Amino acid sequence: MPREAMEYDVVIVGAGPSGLSTAIKLKQLDPNLNVCILEKGAEVGAHILSGNVFETKALDELLPKWKEEGAPIKTKVSKEKFLFLGKNESMSWPTWLLPSVQKNHKNYIISLASLCRWLAEKAEKLGVEIFPGFPASEILYKDDGSVKGVATLDMGLDKDGNKKDGYEQGMELHGKVTVFAEGCRGHLGKRLINKYNLDEGKSPQQYGIGFKEIWEVSDKQHQEGLVMHTAGWPLDNKTYGGSFVYHAEKKQIYIGYVIGLDYQNPHLSPFDEFQRFKTHKAIKKMLEGGKRIAFGARALIEGGIQSLPKMHMPGALLIGCDAGTLNMPKIKGSHTAMKSGIIAAETIIENIKNKTDLSIYESKFRSSWAYKELHKARNVKPSFSWGLIVGILFTGLDQILFRGILPFTLKHKHADHETLKPASKMPKIEYPKPDGKISFDKTSSVYLTGTNHTENQPVHLQLKDASLPINYTLKKYDEPAQRYCPVGVYEVLRDKDEKSPKFVINSQNCIHCKTCDIKEPSQNIIWVVPEGGGGPKYGNM
Amino acid sequence: MKILVAVKRVIDYNVQIRVKEDGTGVHTDNVKMSTNPPDDNAVEEAVKLKESGKAKEVIAVTIGEEKAQETVRKALAVGVDRGIHVKTDSYVEPLGVAKILKKIVEKEKPDLVFMGKQAIDDDCNQTGQMLAALLGWSQGTFASKIQLKDKIVQVIREVDEGLETIEINLPAIVTCDLRLNEPRYASLPNIMKAKKKPIEQIFVKDLGVNVTNRIQQLKVEEPPKRKGGIKVKTVAELVSKLKNEAKVI
Repeated sequence: MPREAMEYDVVIVGAGPSGLSTAIKLKQLDPNLNVCILEKGAEVGAHILSGNVFETKALDELLPKWKEEGAPIKTKVSKEKFLFLGKNESMSWPTWLLPSVQKNHKNYIISLASLCRWLAEKAEKLGVEIFPGFPASEILYKDDGSVKGVATLDMGLDKDGNKKDGYEQGMELHGKVTVFAEGCRGHLGKRLINKYNLDEGKSPQQYGIGFKEIWEVSDKQHQEGLVMHTAGWPLDNKTYGGSFVYHAEKKQIYIGYVIGLDYQNPHLSPFDEFQRFKTHKAIKKMLEGGKRIAFGARALIEGGIQSLPKMHMPGALLIGCDAGTLNMPKIKGSHTAMKSGIIAAETIIENIKNKTDLSIYESKFRSSWAYKELHKARNVKPSFSWGLIVGILFTGLDQILFRGILPFTLKHKHADHETLKPASKMPKIEYPKPDGKISFDKTSSVYLTGTNHTENQPVHLQLKDASLPINYTLKKYDEPAQRYCPVGVYEVLRDKDEKSPKFVINSQNCIHCKTCDIKEPSQNIIWVVPEGGGGPKYGNM
Repeated sequence: MKILVAVKRVIDYNVQIRVKEDGTGVHTDNVKMSTNPPDDNAVEEAVKLKESGKAKEVIAVTIGEEKAQETVRKALAVGVDRGIHVKTDSYVEPLGVAKILKKIVEKEKPDLVFMGKQAIDDDCNQTGQMLAALLGWSQGTFASKIQLKDKIVQVIREVDEGLETIEINLPAIVTCDLRLNEPRYASLPNIMKAKKKPIEQIFVKDLGVNVTNRIQQLKVEEPPKRKGGIKVKTVAELVSKLKNEAKVI
């Protein structure tokens, strides 16, 4: 049966900060445009996870009256700390010695999910149609090779692809312009980058995996407005990463950890590094006696402009971290994502009205403040490939002394899936057992995410070669999927006699972080979108 | 034949419930809400009866705050014809709900009322039964199969002993079990069409019913944490522990 189709002026994939900004800006510029947003989460915000210390610059431009209109942006940053952690000690780094990009006194501690819900209400009031629970699963092309729109996933198929009772065919959404705003490592964005060679001449994209937990603590442990970052322990000098600890409203602490996915040791488990980090005495004292009320993880972009692909193609734009607009040294991406979305809207209006080519996006973005700050920040992350110490020294020079104007650009040399060394050549890491108070296991953590996928549906974590995990990846790398997946989706099960290992994919636990799609050494795991409404149900992450 | 389906907005079944520190209830801020799962089955069954030509009109009704409308909207998106939202910002006990529904039944004069067997938030499992009593109608509860015959409805009930088949006269109340059917997904065009279908809004105070709560809630607290088990070496040790520590034998 042919699929039904709906015609829109603009179809947006993903109701995150960038996609919602595009939608709002479009309707502000032309209220008559038909704009819709597809969102794979069960509701807007359900798949949003971010620190988040928010810079309001883009929001000031988009909705200047956000304060009067009750945006969920309340807690102003009032104090900042930066700690270097050793195994048993910590050293405070004077904040006046921090590069200005890492100063946050004008910023706010927010929940990005809450902000997105608020933006979605704004968008709906302007007439944008938002469809949560409807993932875009397919890109549609016109005969001339340009993007025609997207199709939503068929719902109600069983694991073998047969129709179940409640089967509902997917449908086509055609747009004059389609905007891809899926966030980091969007599964359609990845296909577009390949098809149109959008990353030609760019460094390979760099990613990190970010964890976040929300804790409720006592008054004594809480200092609303405090922003703290750490570097050092438990990571070694060669592994890029660090923590954030934000004291938000309602006696909550947002605590998290980011680890560069260019790590080399296949024995490393990002989840366990995060859990171990919390047991450091400088951190533990803030959490002790408190209660962990939320957990989540999500991959994020670290590549900067060296890795930023072309963001336009015939019929479509790629925005936010679907392209990769996060500012790594600032540890922020919401404001640049929103700005990229605003520019997308301006570009689309010109395209629809004056038939101007979408390629004007490039020059518009290049002349924006978002591009300028990304340019200034470009050398920080690559310098850390020389190790933490040299990276910090270089960043000091580059960001404090020269303020990002050094006349060269360091390149990223490897994609993250190429950096693992063979398991036999790297030290095993013995992680302490979780105590169930400060540190936890994966099972109790995924439980907090509210993750569920309808049973008996096609597996959305696909293997290009089903025999590879056991025949190659297990032998060479001790199958790192067992460890890089933050919720234990991938397991190697063995018989009692330790023989005949079997690779198991518990896809119903997947929290859509995309780490497997990025880090698998042979790029053998393909993340495709599962049935709508599946995945985590984050509250105020 | 006209069918009225009652739907309730509850915290989504996947969400981990958090009890408020002061013991007054559970957190609902920024929490994903959904239609009570067996209510979805009730809606599905009514829509199926309409599709097979046995029912002419299906009406969905909900009681609650402004956002409770979402559950009616969802029912409209899968084939319900129109909706009623009885607005109130306060908690209504099952008896109050039954009284409100009675008023709606008197107004709409349906032949059948469907609803979920119980709501997953308070697990009361009372509303259907109370409504049947107030109206003096027949009731078929925990239905896992419903068959309409002339002026009677055959209901297969999920009971402790197995399955019980009963025949009841119309008009009747049927409360639905999760095994009744598999609710369909709403399609995008139907969600859009649903936005244009009418939802009548009625205020509780205009119905002239007394919905004062009769139950005083003292405290809401989390169930005690489960303690880890231990391994015993011998049967004798097990018996001794059961006798002296657990004091169950």
